[in-house]
Amino acid sequence: MNRLSPFNVVSLTLGFAFLYLPMIILVIYSFNASKLVTVWAGFSTQWYGELLRNEAFLDAALVTLKVAVLTSTLATVLGTCTAYVLVRIHRFPGRTLFSGMAFAPLVMPDVILGLSLLLLFIGVGVDRGVLTIVLAHTTFAMCYVSVVVSSRLVAFDQSLEEAALDLGATPWETFRLVTLPIIAPAVISGWLLAFTLSLDDLVIASFTAGPSSTTLPMKIFSAVRLGVSPEINALSTIMISIVTVGVIAASLLSKRAAVQRVREEKAAERA
Amino acid sequence: MPQKIFAPWDDPQEKPLIRFQNVTKRFGDFTAIDSIDLDIYAREFFALLGPSGCGKTTLMRMLAGFETPSSGTILLAGQDIAPVAPNQRAVNMMFQSYALFPHLSVWDNIAFGLRREKRPKDQVAARVEEMLKLTRLTKFARRKPHQISGGQRQRVALARSLAKAPKLLLLDEPLGALDKKLREETQFELMDIQEKTGTTFVIVTHDQEEAMTVASRVAVMDEGKLMQIATPDRIYEAPNSVYVADFIGDVNIIEGKAHQVGELVQLDWAEGQPALAARTDKNLGLAQTCYLAIRPEKVSISADRPGGANALQGEIIDIAYLGNLSTYHVKLPTGHVIKAQQANTRRISRRPFTWEDKVWVSWTETAAVVLDQ
Ligand SMILES: Nc1ncnc2c1ncn2[C@@H]1O[C@H](COP(=O)(O)OP(=O)(O)O)[C@@H](O)[C@H]1O
Ligand SMILES: [Mg+2]
Repeated sequence: MNRLSPFNVVSLTLGFAFLYLPMIILVIYSFNASKLVTVWAGFSTQWYGELLRNEAFLDAALVTLKVAVLTSTLATVLGTCTAYVLVRIHRFPGRTLFSGMAFAPLVMPDVILGLSLLLLFIGVGVDRGVLTIVLAHTTFAMCYVSVVVSSRLVAFDQSLEEAALDLGATPWETFRLVTLPIIAPAVISGWLLAFTLSLDDLVIASFTAGPSSTTLPMKIFSAVRLGVSPEINALSTIMISIVTVGVIAASLLSKRAAVQRVREEKAAERA
Repeated sequence: MPQKIFAPWDDPQEKPLIRFQNVTKRFGDFTAIDSIDLDIYAREFFALLGPSGCGKTTLMRMLAGFETPSSGTILLAGQDIAPVAPNQRAVNMMFQSYALFPHLSVWDNIAFGLRREKRPKDQVAARVEEMLKLTRLTKFARRKPHQISGGQRQRVALARSLAKAPKLLLLDEPLGALDKKLREETQFELMDIQEKTGTTFVIVTHDQEEAMTVASRVAVMDEGKLMQIATPDRIYEAPNSVYVADFIGDVNIIEGKAHQVGELVQLDWAEGQPALAARTDKNLGLAQTCYLAIRPEKVSISADRPGGANALQGEIIDIAYLGNLSTYHVKLPTGHVIKAQQANTRRISRRPFTWEDKVWVSWTETAAVVLDQ
C-alpha cells in the first residue's frame, strides 16, 4: 500500500474542504444564538425549537416524506421490472427502443421533464397534488433504480434461475424465492437512491405540485428568497444528519456482511 | 455368480426412456446439434463424451427444457416433451456450476424442489434427511453453500437434483471441479447412488476415463454429431472410426490400401514394406483407403525378430515411464512412430530396452482394428 505523501495529504484536504466546508459552516450556524446568520453570538438550540413550532415547515416535511416513500417504492417496483426484462430477455420486438426510452429521463433536463409532465397533467385534467409529484418523481427515479438493479442482475449467475425452474418452481416462484433475495441489496440501494432523489428534487416538484402540496425543498427555496434564516440552517442540519446516518448504516451493514462471508469461507476451506 | 446382463439396448422389445428423433439445434446459422438419433433406456448410466464445444451441454439443456430443438422430436417415455415446460418435466439437472442457491442453507437447497410439489412438511423433512444421509452431508445441513468445501458443494448439488426422485437425472460435468483423487472416489459414489436409486443418469464429461468408469454406454460426439454409441469395452476395442479410436485412449493409426481375401485384410502401407495383416468382418473395396488402429498395450516389443505376421523393426526414440507401465516410442525406417506399452514387471535398472536400441514391434492379426473412416 502506498503511504500518504505530503502531496496526497494536501490534495485530500483540499478535496474534502471543497466538498464539506459549506455544510460544516451551515451546521455551525444552525447553533448560532443570533438571528443574524453571519454574526456568531454564542451556542443555542433555539432554532430547532422554533422549527418544531413552524406549522408550514412541518406540513412541507410531511408532504416530502410521503412523496419520497411512495416514489421510492413505486420506482423500485417499476425499475426492477424494467431491469429484469432488459437484462434477461435478449430479444423481443422493440427492445432497443424500449431500453433507450427507459434510460432517457437520466439525461433529460429536469426543466423539460417537469414542463412536459405539467402539460400532461393539465391535458388529462388531473388535480395537481401529492399524487402528481409522486408520478413525476417516479418517472425519473425508476431509471436510476433500473440502472442499479441491472448491474446486479448482469453479474447474477443465470443458471440459478434455471436450477429453480428445473426443480419445479414456476417463473414467479423463481423470481420471488431465488432472484429477488439475491438481488435484494441492489433493490434496497435502488430504493434508498430513489428516496434521496425524491427528497431533494426542487425543479420537477415545482412544476407538478399543487397549492396544498408544497415540498420541503420548495418551501426552503421560497423562504431563502426572503433571506437565509437560522431556522433553515437547523432544518438543513437535520436533513444532513438523516442522510449521513442512513449512508453510514448502509455501508456498515454491507461491510459486516462481506467480512462475515470472508471469515466463513476461510473456515470452510480449513474444514 | 451368474448375473443377468444389463443390456436393454440389445433387446428389441425394450422401450427407450428417451428417444431423440433426428434432432437438430441451430443457434443462428451455427449448428450445435446435427440430426441426432439416440435411444437411452431406463436405469442406464449413459455418458456423453466429446471435446469442449461439441454440443454436450446443448443436448442436456434440450432434455431439461432450456432449449428447444430447431427440428426433430425428443420423446420421454413415449411422450413428445417439446410442449412441456422445464418446471413440469420429471427431469432434474445437476449443473456444471452446481448453481446452489447462495442465500439458502444446504437443508433448504435440498428441500427446494420438494416444497414446490406442495408435499406435507414432515414428508419433505424425511426426504431431505434421507438425501443428506445418502450424500453424507448431515453434519452440514445448516450451513450456507459458501461455508462448505467444493466437494461438499458438489454433493449438495447432487442431493438436490436427486431429492425429487426424477425419472432422469442429467449431470453436466459434475466432477469437473474436483481433484483426481476426490474425483475417482466420487465416481464410485455416483455409481453406487445410481444403483441404489435406480434413476437413469445421463452424464456429460470430457474425461474419457470417467466415461469408461461409470457408464453402461458411452456416446462419443464431435461437432454436434454422434460418432459412436456403444458399451465402454466396445468403444475401446471396436471403435468405428479413427476419430473415436483416437479420442478414447492411446492408439497407433496406420493408413494404407486394403486387399481383402475373406476375413483377412492385407494392408499396403508403405513402399517396399511387407503388407500388414488384420482380420475384419467389414467388406472393403479393392485398394480402398483404410486404417489400422492398434492399441499400444497390444503391441509387443522384442530384441529378436518374432515369428508370425506384422513384425516391424525400428529404433526406440522415447520412453514414457508411467510407474506400472512404460510406453516405448519406436521409430520405423518409414518415419512412422509405433507406441508399444509394457508392464514394468522388473526394477527399472533391469529393464531390457533403452534409448536408441534396435527392436522389433509386432502384433497379431486380431489385435488391429480395420477402420474405413
Ligand atoms: N445460447 C447459445 N447461443 C449461441 N451459441 C451457443 C449457445 N449455446 C451454445 N452455443 C454454441 O454451441 C456449441 C456447443 O456448445 P455446448 O453444448 O455448450 O458444448 P459442450 O458442452 O460440449 O462444451 C458451442 O460452439 C457454443 O458456442
Ligand atoms: Mg459444457
